[in-house]
Amino acid sequence: MTFSWSRPITKIRKLALLSSLGVGLIASTLAGEAANAKTFRFAFQGELKAVDIYALKESFSLGVLSNVYEGLVRRNAEMKLEPALAERWETIDPLRWRFYLRKGVKFHNGEDFTADDVLFSVDRIRTPGSDLKANLPADLVAVKVDDYTVDFVLKTPNPLLIAEWETFSIFSRKWAVANGATEATSASATTPPYAALHANGTGPFIIVSHEPGVKTVFKANPNWWDKPKHNLDEVIFTPVTSSATRVAALLSGEVDWIDPVPVADIPRVESNPGTMVAAGPELRTIYLSFDQMRPELTGSNVKGKNPFKDVRVRKAFYQAIDVETIKTKVMRNLATPSPVMIAPALFSKYNDFKRFPYDPEASKKLLAEAGYPQGFEVTLDCPNDRYVNDEAICQAVVGMLARVGVKINLLAQTKSKYFAKILASGGYDTSFYLLGWTPATLENYNVFSNLMMCRDEKGKGSPTNLGGYCNPKMDDLVNKALVEPDPAKQEAMYAEAYKIALFDDVGYIPLHQQALAWGMSKKIKVPQRPDNYFIFAWVNKE
Amino acid sequence: MLAFILRRLGSAAIVLIFVGVLAFILFRYVGDPVNQMVGIDTSIADRDRLRESLGLNDSVIVQALRFLGHAAMFDFGVSYQFKRPVAELLIERMPATLELSLISALLSLVIGIPMGVASALGKDRWYAKLLQAVSLAGISLPTFLIGILFIYLFSVTLRWFPSFGRGDTVKLGTYWTTGLLTSSGLRALILPAMTLALFQMTLIMRLVRSEMLEVLRSDHIRFARARGLPARSINFRHALKNSLVPVITVAGLQLGSVIAFATITETVFQWPGMGLLFLQSVQNVDVPIMAAYLLFVAAMFVAINLVVDILYLAVDPRLKTTSKAH
Repeated sequence: MTFSWSRPITKIRKLALLSSLGVGLIASTLAGEAANAKTFRFAFQGELKAVDIYALKESFSLGVLSNVYEGLVRRNAEMKLEPALAERWETIDPLRWRFYLRKGVKFHNGEDFTADDVLFSVDRIRTPGSDLKANLPADLVAVKVDDYTVDFVLKTPNPLLIAEWETFSIFSRKWAVANGATEATSASATTPPYAALHANGTGPFIIVSHEPGVKTVFKANPNWWDKPKHNLDEVIFTPVTSSATRVAALLSGEVDWIDPVPVADIPRVESNPGTMVAAGPELRTIYLSFDQMRPELTGSNVKGKNPFKDVRVRKAFYQAIDVETIKTKVMRNLATPSPVMIAPALFSKYNDFKRFPYDPEASKKLLAEAGYPQGFEVTLDCPNDRYVNDEAICQAVVGMLARVGVKINLLAQTKSKYFAKILASGGYDTSFYLLGWTPATLENYNVFSNLMMCRDEKGKGSPTNLGGYCNPKMDDLVNKALVEPDPAKQEAMYAEAYKIALFDDVGYIPLHQQALAWGMSKKIKVPQRPDNYFIFAWVNKE
Repeated sequence: MLAFILRRLGSAAIVLIFVGVLAFILFRYVGDPVNQMVGIDTSIADRDRLRESLGLNDSVIVQALRFLGHAAMFDFGVSYQFKRPVAELLIERMPATLELSLISALLSLVIGIPMGVASALGKDRWYAKLLQAVSLAGISLPTFLIGILFIYLFSVTLRWFPSFGRGDTVKLGTYWTTGLLTSSGLRALILPAMTLALFQMTLIMRLVRSEMLEVLRSDHIRFARARGLPARSINFRHALKNSLVPVITVAGLQLGSVIAFATITETVFQWPGMGLLFLQSVQNVDVPIMAAYLLFVAAMFVAINLVVDILYLAVDPRLKTTSKAH
């Protein structure tokens, strides 16, 4: 077949040439309309779902929305509380806190902020759809003294009252009433909830548009009561789920900030001339713990007894795990091995503690003493998309424990399956698990009361104490520490409690605090808050 | 004819009900939606209240029937995550997916057919072999890999096209948003459309090639050649035309899978379409979205098949007689 095919080919060539020319043209014309210098673009792995700040207690959503909504108090870059919508406050007596509200503050729609809005917000945060109910004690009553003074009356003294009040955001009563948004957005609502798509706060940024899961546009609030620390006109947020795409978007300059940068991509972002990685300590502590409650483990070959009820077995596990190797090999140094269950920034006596040394020989000896010279089998529950390199950490643990004869069956699952199994709703169905925790109140009591104090089968007590570790002596100490007025004495009491739970009883194996890894354009300056709240009201762009 | 269509519609309804129930029951095993809706320190009492208000305590069968009952009235419930009606979310995301799929279907035809013709006509030449090799890559490389390669080449290195998103969009009417009318929208479309088109393109190229080779061997082409018709007229007027019938059938049927399987491309390019919404809802155990999307995809396939069947009936008289014989 030798007849002419040259024509179609030249045609194709022409076509290819033309189309690539066209492509080049489009590309070059569009490069010209480069971004306005004062628009800040950022991408996160997850979406901003509803813009109703009460709808979800998750740090990304709370952090972004606290640029729009403000509380009576707020936290600065060092995590210290400072006045926001309240100019100052005092405790008239331990059961009555008085807040003096800032005058002249306006909501984004121009309404004045007054005591009525605070009272309304107290009611709203307690509506069924709210996920922030725990920010206020259930028995707290708010009393209006005058238009700019509000008293909060308690039934029992609570020194941690305002610890989570940064996100106890103030909604406008008039706006909420006018738009049918008096209740926090709930998924079981039958009418399209207004507050899920519209926001009206007092904060430095105003939401211009919100397309859930696609794009959210903010503009600077020109009438903000405080002096702005940012120099932005506009902020555009896009969720980018795929890590490779997110990194590519940063490298190509389409976005100015991404979170997180996958550990493996850090060198690439660092070596690119216009971008850098801002790594800093995060407050979340990653730890392992055991079922210490059931008479027999659900996921083990040991029958008729629970090996984890023996402190020697727990200590043997502890000493078999080499956290330094996890830090250097798995986390590529983006982790701080931790002796306790709280981050150093939140606990003054952190440095008084030292982890048990890594010692496989000692570990084997302990196992033999406990009656398991050949080790035993147990299932480790692990998420694979929740914490930085979570599954890889678990795999490392599997290998390390194998060296002392313990056979671990790793069950690494996506977070929805994982949490469904291990939390109270799944009947605490775990024998050995990895979990991470950031205390929402940023102090020790939260760690004890959620993770370490006694609970019953239903979860009454410390609901997230999955393994059911229980030492009433420690509980007493923690309860006393909560109401101790002298901070130094209080810290000493918490230190004693950690000593009991982590060193005498070895109820938990704290591993490390993971590091934050933000990918940033070098044109951006922004302080990094260790709770990973992203406050773009602090961003400065060249 | 009418009886045939009615019969097909009846079986379509059964398929949809089956898919709906199956989807709904499967999703019960994806995980606990409540864990994804609240923070980890939300109290057990609050979780229970939420579970009760969502009807998650009812038996799976009751939930599935309730879902189907509502779905029959085009009420797909409220998304657990976005707290908005699912129908609204799907309609919002639909234009992005349809534009992407239609453009890539078009691309795969416009590029795939000439590629097929070229490789058939010059079947032993180097460029035909090159095209064959390229088509092998197109068929065997997974979409997400191609997408990432494109992003690194055209977005990061050359900086020609954006790596994610849909660019600026223009609203047409109440429901439709289009990215085809803005320059940033067009730029954003190119990489994902190419990625999605690549598989179809190579499929069409291979199909055109084999059909062309077949037709070129047939008698009427030999006669045409013997009559001394110019090669161009033989190749394009006679041979290509005769090769295109099966190509169009396949391309039409493939359109359904392009729409349904745009999911991966949408995820790689963060293209805000229904597929992305679906994948995100799987991660978040957002059962109402998952179920509604699957129903939508099933309905689409059923509709496309129905149209194809009817067309066949109109085109091929042999089918008419058999349908009468029933």
